[in-house]
Amino acid sequence: MKENLIVREAARLLIPFILLFGFYVIAHGEISPGGGFQGGVILASAFILYALVYGSKDSERVLSIRVSDPLTSLGVLIYAGVGVATMLLGGLFLDYNELNPAHPPAGQALGISLVELGVGITVSAVMITLFNEITRVFRK
Amino acid sequence: MQWLGHYNYWIYIALMMIGFYAVIAKPNLVKKVIGLGLFQTAAFLLYISIGMVEGGTAPIVWEHATLYVNPLPHVLILTAIVVAVSTLAVALALVIAINRAYGTVESDQIDAQNIKPGR
Amino acid sequence: MTTLTLDIILLFLLVVSAVAAISVRSLLAASMFLAIYSLLMALIWVHLQAVDVAFTEAAVGAGISTVLLVGTLVYIKSDEAPAPLIHWPSLAAVMITGAVLIYGTFDMPPFGDPTAPANLHVAPYYIAHSLEQTQVPNFVTSVLASYRGYDTLFETAVIFTAGISLILLLRQSSKHKRKKRS
Repeated sequence: MKENLIVREAARLLIPFILLFGFYVIAHGEISPGGGFQGGVILASAFILYALVYGSKDSERVLSIRVSDPLTSLGVLIYAGVGVATMLLGGLFLDYNELNPAHPPAGQALGISLVELGVGITVSAVMITLFNEITRVFRK
Repeated sequence: MQWLGHYNYWIYIALMMIGFYAVIAKPNLVKKVIGLGLFQTAAFLLYISIGMVEGGTAPIVWEHATLYVNPLPHVLILTAIVVAVSTLAVALALVIAINRAYGTVESDQIDAQNIKPGR
Repeated sequence: MTTLTLDIILLFLLVVSAVAAISVRSLLAASMFLAIYSLLMALIWVHLQAVDVAFTEAAVGAGISTVLLVGTLVYIKSDEAPAPLIHWPSLAAVMITGAVLIYGTFDMPPFGDPTAPANLHVAPYYIAHSLEQTQVPNFVTSVLASYRGYDTLFETAVIFTAGISLILLLRQSSKHKRKKRS
């Protein structure tokens, strides 16, 4: 689809905004509808659009398997890591109050932000992986 | 909405049954997967409608709100939607593998073949 | 009155698109009807004030699962084989199941009842205390990430497992095929 001028240029203009909107949805999940899952899927859709328009070789250069595979586990690691960190700070597993003992609600907000980031990373990497694996044989 | 009452639930059950029919009656594997998706989403709709509160607004803090919709079904269904797409992806991967092994995705033709996969 | 007509129109279109999705023989058309179904479902959820769920369904249901379905259809070169229109034993089983479920709904509380048991147990606690305990205005996010954090952790693990199983199912076999050919 690289030869089609309109599709190529439209994708080139849209992809940065899609990525930015994805990060916005993850970051603003606490204030507006959104959160880790929705933002992660939007981030993945930017990469899928790039892979659809520019082909598999270019998309492999942008986000290769060696990057997306560890990213799938990084999100779960962040989430569980927050839980272990709260345990090391003296509380229970995933007790965000310990992240800021002076002001527990601020600790809760920090914990929720970190956890949503982890969920967003894993969801986006897994959606990209799902797309890449299903379209694997037809890559040129 | 109030006087419709239980008719809502009946339409949701009808949607679930359409998906259920596709899963058990259609021999094509992709149609079965599509029917499964229909069934799952209709079940989510039934679940969300349980948490609906008459006159409530969306569960985000708003100074003009008097009543909020129950947020707990939303949380559970959020999880369920993403798990549904994960199982859809695994089901489609199995369909691709079956297609590669048998050359077809019709379950009656697959049963009729007596060859072992991956020969 | 307008919300009622909107609801009736949306539900009618939903049933039409569901029946169309399972009836058309072209698999590409069936996936498109599934995408329409997901989008209408997202609209109904906005109507039911479930905005986070509608966001997720629009992104995941109408977005990702359509892409995955169409990606699968690239391998499957034929349409659905012609079959008789109605398979009577399955239709009988479906009707019986539907009748039993409808019988079960007679005991359910009326639609939108604020005093239904589902709205009385822990939900008032979450709504009353979420803002002061977590400083997060979105109740769904605070319940998802803090009050019910364990569920979300293992659900993220489920998503991760789905990615791993796709890698195992599809990446291995293409490498295996390349080895066999060489």
